[in-house]
Amino acid sequence: MSAAEPVVRIEGVTKTFGHGNVTALQDIDLAFAPKEFVSLIGPSGCGKSTLLRVIGDLIEPTQGAVTVNGKRARQARADHDYGIVFQDAVLFEWRTVSKNIALPLELLGWDRARRKARVEEMLELVELQTFGDHYPWQLSGGMQQRVAIARALAFEPALLLMDEPFGALDEMTRERLNLELLAIWQKLASTVVFVTHSISEAVFLSTRVVVMSPRPGRIAGTVDIDLTSPRTAETREDPRFFELVTQVRELLRLRGEHLLPEEEQLLRDAAE
Amino acid sequence: MTKASVRRAVGRSLAVLGLAAALMVCWELYRWVWTSAGWTWPFAVNDTSMPHVWTIAKAFGQPAQVNQPPLITILLHKALFTAKEAVAGFALGAVIGFAIGVALVHSKPLERGFLPYIVASQTIPILAIAPMVVIWVNPRLPANLQGWGAVAVIAAYLTFFPVAINTLRGLRSADARALDLMRTYAASRWTVLWKLRVPASLPFVFSALRIAATASVVGAIIGELPSGLQSGLGGAIINFNQYYSIEPQELWATNIVAAALGILFFVVVVAAEKAVVHRAPEVTT
Repeated sequence: MSAAEPVVRIEGVTKTFGHGNVTALQDIDLAFAPKEFVSLIGPSGCGKSTLLRVIGDLIEPTQGAVTVNGKRARQARADHDYGIVFQDAVLFEWRTVSKNIALPLELLGWDRARRKARVEEMLELVELQTFGDHYPWQLSGGMQQRVAIARALAFEPALLLMDEPFGALDEMTRERLNLELLAIWQKLASTVVFVTHSISEAVFLSTRVVVMSPRPGRIAGTVDIDLTSPRTAETREDPRFFELVTQVRELLRLRGEHLLPEEEQLLRDAAE
Repeated sequence: MTKASVRRAVGRSLAVLGLAAALMVCWELYRWVWTSAGWTWPFAVNDTSMPHVWTIAKAFGQPAQVNQPPLITILLHKALFTAKEAVAGFALGAVIGFAIGVALVHSKPLERGFLPYIVASQTIPILAIAPMVVIWVNPRLPANLQGWGAVAVIAAYLTFFPVAINTLRGLRSADARALDLMRTYAASRWTVLWKLRVPASLPFVFSALRIAATASVVGAIIGELPSGLQSGLGGAIINFNQYYSIEPQELWATNIVAAALGILFFVVVVAAEKAVVHRAPEVTT
């Protein structure tokens, strides 16, 4: 372990569903240091989303313990220690963009003036300054997801959990949002845990990629990403980028002796 | 923006008036065809079964009895009285219905236990329970609520049901991931209710309130019958019923006023919905 106290520490976490018949996660041990950007990658059914939800205390582990900022996960949730972004923006359609971003601040009891100031900062951060009074349905999918990111970061949590946040977007929007997310991460210096099934996205964004394998969900291996920072559009053409992508792909393949058809497809997609 | 909406409102009013005019023309045309052909199916057409449009219109301007103001004045007074009952019944029914919806969404056993009885309550005809409500409620009411207060309770009996059922459905309609999001904020049940479930339920609640708006007018009119109240439209309907064979136009005039009151209630609810609910254009109806 590094000297700094980890933001997230996962110790011996096992999660079974349906009276123990399905093991979604088995003996997971992980620790994420401050300011790390960690991606969890693996085929569907590997439990990466389950693991994220365990960290966020939306699911309780069957065995093992999760600490966030040195506290039990439940306490960390009660203390608003993390922000979360789902695959869909999950914006409240009856609230304007500004009011959506202000939602967690309202729940924290911030007064109106303070909320307003922070919402303006967040709108600037995700470059939606002129859209504060719009309703979510007036925005494109990519813009909605930027609002969701702004909402997750509005109260400056030390930890940002992202569950395939760009999975529903087209490739071009996704690449642009990847760059924006990195810029935001550098500015705010929070720890990010990012679930994805795109190898190139994981390598491009992360400081570390955790590869998971299915049935039961386990850690197949970890790849440290030593690409230079800050990353730009050119990073994707860096030979080192390809080496790392290959490394992650090998780890996925190594554990993929008994692949389901959709997992085969995933590997083929990754090899394109 | 405002100019366009004014133009739209004018256009809509013209369409409604045009339709009313067309309806009157149809009425007179039907009369004319049936009387000149001498048809008696499904009923014989004459001045009693279908008074002329202008006879009904004229009835508004004439006193129903000697030494009384014109019928329209009397009917408007009675409509005002019925409206008072209906508004109180609508408000009472809406609040009770909403509260039932909130209670049931938070407790599965409560829902399973209570819902059948709530549904059963609506299978009993209102005329069958109205006398009991009058007997039970009236003695408990202060002087200024005597009579019409019981009628409001009867109207509430008709209105709470659609509101309860739709509120329950609406509160359930909150997105599962939105509920997850609220969990990540460690939001209390109360916060989840007011910040997520209630706003999500509003389109459902408002479609129930539209039904409740017209039901409350019907409930108020019917509630007046067993109460023996003469001050409202229900009393007027009973009264003019007795003289229908002599002066049918007076009952028709009363019916028109009752219908207008129902429409007014409906329009007010729709306007309130427009002011409160901001949804994607394809979601609102």
